[in-house]
Amino acid sequence: MRQFLRVAWVVMRKDLTVEMRSREIVYTTVFFAASCVLVFAFALVREGRPLEDASAGILWISIAFAGTLALGRTFERERHTETLRALMLAPSDRPAIYVGKLLGVLVLMAIVEAVLVPMIGLLFHAPIFARPHWLAALLAAGTLGFASVGTLFAAMLVRARSRDVLLPVLLYPITIPVIIAGVRGTAAIFQATPDEPMARFWAALLVFFDVVFVTLSLWTFEPLMTE
Amino acid sequence: MAFDFDRLVVDDVSRHFGRRRALHRVSLACDAGTILGLLGPNGAGKSTLLAILSTLLAPTSGRVRYGEHDARSAGPMLRGRLGLLGHDLYLYPELTARENLEFFARLYGLARPRDRADGALAEAGLADRADEAVSGFSRGMRQRLALERALLHGPRLLLLDEPFTGLDDASGHALVRRLRGLRDAGAIVIAATHDLDLAEGLLDEVVILREGRLLTVPRASGPLRERYRETIRTAAPPAASREGRA
Amino acid sequence: MSRVFAPLVLLAMLLFAAAPLVVAGAPFEQTMGLVQKIFYYHVPSAMLMFVSAFVCGIASAVFLFRRPAAADRVAVAAGELVVLFGVIVLVTGPLWARKAWGVWWEWDARLTSSLLLWMIFLAYLLVRRFGGPGSEKLAGAMALFGMANVPFVYVSVNYWRTLHPKTSVVMSLAPGMRAAFWFCVAAFAILYVLLLTLRKRLEDRQAMVEQLYLATEE
Repeated sequence: MRQFLRVAWVVMRKDLTVEMRSREIVYTTVFFAASCVLVFAFALVREGRPLEDASAGILWISIAFAGTLALGRTFERERHTETLRALMLAPSDRPAIYVGKLLGVLVLMAIVEAVLVPMIGLLFHAPIFARPHWLAALLAAGTLGFASVGTLFAAMLVRARSRDVLLPVLLYPITIPVIIAGVRGTAAIFQATPDEPMARFWAALLVFFDVVFVTLSLWTFEPLMTE
Repeated sequence: MAFDFDRLVVDDVSRHFGRRRALHRVSLACDAGTILGLLGPNGAGKSTLLAILSTLLAPTSGRVRYGEHDARSAGPMLRGRLGLLGHDLYLYPELTARENLEFFARLYGLARPRDRADGALAEAGLADRADEAVSGFSRGMRQRLALERALLHGPRLLLLDEPFTGLDDASGHALVRRLRGLRDAGAIVIAATHDLDLAEGLLDEVVILREGRLLTVPRASGPLRERYRETIRTAAPPAASREGRA
Repeated sequence: MSRVFAPLVLLAMLLFAAAPLVVAGAPFEQTMGLVQKIFYYHVPSAMLMFVSAFVCGIASAVFLFRRPAAADRVAVAAGELVVLFGVIVLVTGPLWARKAWGVWWEWDARLTSSLLLWMIFLAYLLVRRFGGPGSEKLAGAMALFGMANVPFVYVSVNYWRTLHPKTSVVMSLAPGMRAAFWFCVAAFAILYVLLLTLRKRLEDRQAMVEQLYLATEE
């Protein structure tokens, strides 16, 4: 167990170190997420007033799009130097590598969300401080659900053809429950009188989703990555 | 309990990718303290065989035995006794040489990763460039660094795919000396190479692959290059005979 | 299977030939009239679509963890049938919806979940087609995740909107309707088994051809 965690930690630290050198993925993903918000804003805001629940939807769509981009870029890097093979050669439990990569992706997405949420609050007058712990819980559980499936799929697609387009093709249908839960939960929080039981329901669903899909990903990582 | 073995047996291994047969019933055996040369034209299946030996690829039939175990029964610890230097060097260009080595040392769970990295850097002659990003290194420097990375954990079986690529004369000879040292310490070294001159004095045994099949090499004396050419020339070309039959 | 295959084909043909008569003989539903009879094709197709999704998911899991090639062939056959029966569901559904609710599409729980499942398995087929070598395993993961997703999709879409007739529709059928309904379920079920077998057999033959290609190089 300790070896498992150690390997995951080492992999995550390496990913973050590599990223911090160029900061390429961080900058481009944050900028992309911000542009997403603007595009949706122009599409969905009429006469200076956004449609109801638009802010929640825009937040989560931007997270999904930015997340897909970040996943693709992160694994493209590994593919370019074939270092994923080197990781697979390590004498450790292979799921530990998956966990390490997942943690790296989560840190990246946390940075993106740290920019997105204030943006949403500012541009759409969304009450992000109404129930901050529920908002944080929904974002954490939802991001984990999205990233867990995304990391697995991005890793398994590294050696596939048409990988750039296949990642969203595979990822979005599977993570629609995450998006639904995230949007409806966040919308419940953003209402004039926040609907906490609703938020709790959706957060619980997200946690359940996380448990099931992280487990499934851990099980299937090794068979998928070996030929 | 550390896993170790002193005999490698490749037993009737085949591998195909769809309709393309990459390896056809290859069998060979190697004991500890041997340097085996894997020769053959491009596309012969050398890289595929190395990938199978490193457990990255599974054979579609046949088995590889490391001592008494095969890849599945030996488990993840087997990988701790294998070292692979592939075509792609498996280095992170954004990290420094030292960081690359320390990362792999930690990944492999080695004690005192920093010291190991320092030792490896000294061996590779890169101690003065240790803290520069690998992206600024020449091909030869990266090759030396990658070799040290493959040797960090003291593997029993060392697999090298074209290790002499990009090395200048001095580095090439240094590598030959290094491999001899490893062999004398009991390692099994399998090197796929095109550099027949450098391999001349290095290889204990030689196998030649062609279109996925193992060809027999005459044990006669003479330069390696001559024997190689002779073997390739006299082996019956499979493609021609198939067309004749149809 | 090969011995019962021909008799099953015959049986299926008979059932489907009789089906329109059986359906016509069933009592008329008060509010929707003739259009309600789409239900006799729509619901069995939906049932089999879900069954096929599970067959595909389980076969894919077996293929991923145990590697028998036969499991992958069952999986691809089942995956294609999810898409096929899904088309039937998604065409007959809106036809009914138009008459029953006045619009072609309403974002209600069941139909949306079916659409999602259909898209997941469409993605499954896309990966197999365009993923390059080794895509069978990738697609297998997709099928497995898709199958695991079914409850989540259902719950999340359900609590999002719902307009569909409740699940109890089968139980509350008038006796005359019940007979016709189960008749159609049987017909579709046999059809499903036949199609699955045929498709798997095609894959088996294809694998045999590949083996022969390799054998000629001996």
